[in-house]
Amino acid sequence: MTILTRRSFGALIGASAATLAAPSLLRANTTGRLVIIGGGFGGASAARFARITYPEVEVTLIEPYPTFITCPYGNLILGGKRELPQITHSYDGLRARGVTVLQDRAADIDPVAKSVRLASGADVGYDKLIVSPGIGLRWGAIEGYDEAAAQIFPHAWMGGDGSQITLLRQQLEALPEGGVVGLAIPGNPFRCPPGPYERISMIAHYLKQANPTAKILAFDAKEGFSKQGLFQDTWAELYGDMIEWVPGNQDGKIVRVDVENKLFISEFGEEHRVDVGNVIAPQFAAAIARDTGLADESGWVPVNSRTFEANAAADIHVIGDANIAAPLPKSGYIANSTSKTAVAAALAEMTGQPAPSDPVYFNTCYSHGGADYGFSVVGVFRPTDEGFAETPDSGGISPRGPLSELAENRRLEASYADAWYDSITRDMFS
Amino acid sequence: MTRISLIAAALGASLLAAPAFAEQPTPLIAQGCAGCHGQSGEGQGAVARIAGYDRDAFLAIWQEFRDNSRPATIMNRIAPGYTDEEVQILADYFASIQ
Ligand SMILES: Cc1cc2nc3c(=O)[nH]c(=O)nc-3n(C[C@H](O)[C@H](O)[C@H](O)COP(=O)(O)OP(=O)(O)OC[C@H]3O[C@@H](n4cnc5c(N)ncnc54)[C@H](O)[C@@H]3O)c2cc1C
Ligand code: HEC
Repeated sequence: MTILTRRSFGALIGASAATLAAPSLLRANTTGRLVIIGGGFGGASAARFARITYPEVEVTLIEPYPTFITCPYGNLILGGKRELPQITHSYDGLRARGVTVLQDRAADIDPVAKSVRLASGADVGYDKLIVSPGIGLRWGAIEGYDEAAAQIFPHAWMGGDGSQITLLRQQLEALPEGGVVGLAIPGNPFRCPPGPYERISMIAHYLKQANPTAKILAFDAKEGFSKQGLFQDTWAELYGDMIEWVPGNQDGKIVRVDVENKLFISEFGEEHRVDVGNVIAPQFAAAIARDTGLADESGWVPVNSRTFEANAAADIHVIGDANIAAPLPKSGYIANSTSKTAVAAALAEMTGQPAPSDPVYFNTCYSHGGADYGFSVVGVFRPTDEGFAETPDSGGISPRGPLSELAENRRLEASYADAWYDSITRDMFS
Repeated sequence: MTRISLIAAALGASLLAAPAFAEQPTPLIAQGCAGCHGQSGEGQGAVARIAGYDRDAFLAIWQEFRDNSRPATIMNRIAPGYTDEEVQILADYFASIQ
């Protein structure tokens, strides 16, 4: 990291720099200020871990929503297996641990003055900053798909205030008999690689009972996807011919939507009429990571693979979906796992300790295919000099095979998935 | 390796002015287990408690997961991802907590 890149970062956002207070003195070995932007999988995990492991460090969490609604298990709302309150989490547990929770939005970052400007106008100084704001949707990347269109064709790909997942659920309940549910699925990279296919499964699980002649048309910009074999086995076993998946090389890429006429329009001009449209739009890092110049031209933030410090600025560590860390998936578990290394690296530096040099980044994504029907993918990752790599001969997906042989395995994995959800949300909020 | 993985723990300890407040610091390498087995390995729902696991039994069962000689849905994919040194740290840590 050169001074030049730090300067250019400063210049990009420089407007507020002059008006901000001078950087505070570093209080090495006594205390320091850790500020965290975003109270989701990365940010809440970081806040809780920091309070437990470094009790003398002041921790401030900036998050605009009063509660956090998880994307994980949101698909189970569509499947009729969960209600919104069951995936809504309070920040009171973090407050009780001494985290200062500011219900506000980070509007700007000044890496020179080391301060975060809030939407309300106040400035919050930091010694170390963790940024975990998640994703933004590329409005307009699919022609006609903007914030207004999302009120008709929901994306339901960010928790927010819960209105998107609620809208999609209501639309499924109101689907005419034998109606068509369309999904538009983006190319890589995007949040939660198996997520769209778990969603297809959970919608099918609901429709099989409520509207068995309905159809699901899943249009994909890609030719293949995460846990593909497992999902396709599930669909064939549980849902007959209800689901049709259209890959990119069969004109599956949706390039335009017409919400008035409820149309999905493909790359080669095919018009598909849908009764319910779920547009999982192309993504990039959330605005705060792009507007401040932390992200590069890809729209995602390049980081150091051992510390998660942004290439563009010192003392700012970017974790979760907003960074570029392939082959690490953009998952909640990875955001949680990497948050701890980022905090340890950030605070070790503050107190003059060496950063952890052999971290392991851990991922499991469970998916629900139907009732008592779960499977998973595991990845154990490590930093390399070039970036990140999966540990050889480890990880991978659940076994494939006929349901008659694997029913017990699928049942167990569904119950372990529930345990995962409870355990990881406790690791964030309790 | 051991020393570095335990830095978080050591640093936590040196900062602890008020130990009554703090929970036992966890080596970073064991943090990945918390997403299923609970923050201190206390177990969660259908996933077993591993806090207080006998050290030798832990090493034995890890080997069985590694070479797939024990029925498992997922630990047989997790276990091969860790080095022998890391498994020793995990065994020591989970054996040490109540
Ligand atoms: C349908 C679906 C299912 C999924 N299932 C799984 C699963 O089973 N397992 C799994 O591991 N992952 C799953 N995921 C992925 C998981 O949700 C994400 O990978 C995870 O949320 C990423 O964490 P994050 O901290 O980067 O972002 P988030 O968890 O989204 O948190 C970001 C937070 O930052 C806040 N924020 C944004 N901008 C600002 C700002 N300027 N100032 C302050 N705060 C801000 C947001 O309000 C939000 O609360 C799923 C995702 C989807 C969509
Ligand atoms: C994704 C969830 C998950 C994660 C993460 C996980 N485990 Fe497990 N663990 C399980 C499940 C499920 C079992 C039961 C065996 C199986 O089905 O694989 C288990 C079983 C075990 C057992 C045997 C318990 C017994 O006596 O039956 C031990 C020991 C263990 N895990 C240790 C660990 C350690 C150490 C880690 C972290 C490196 C870890 N696990 C991470 C899910 C997980």
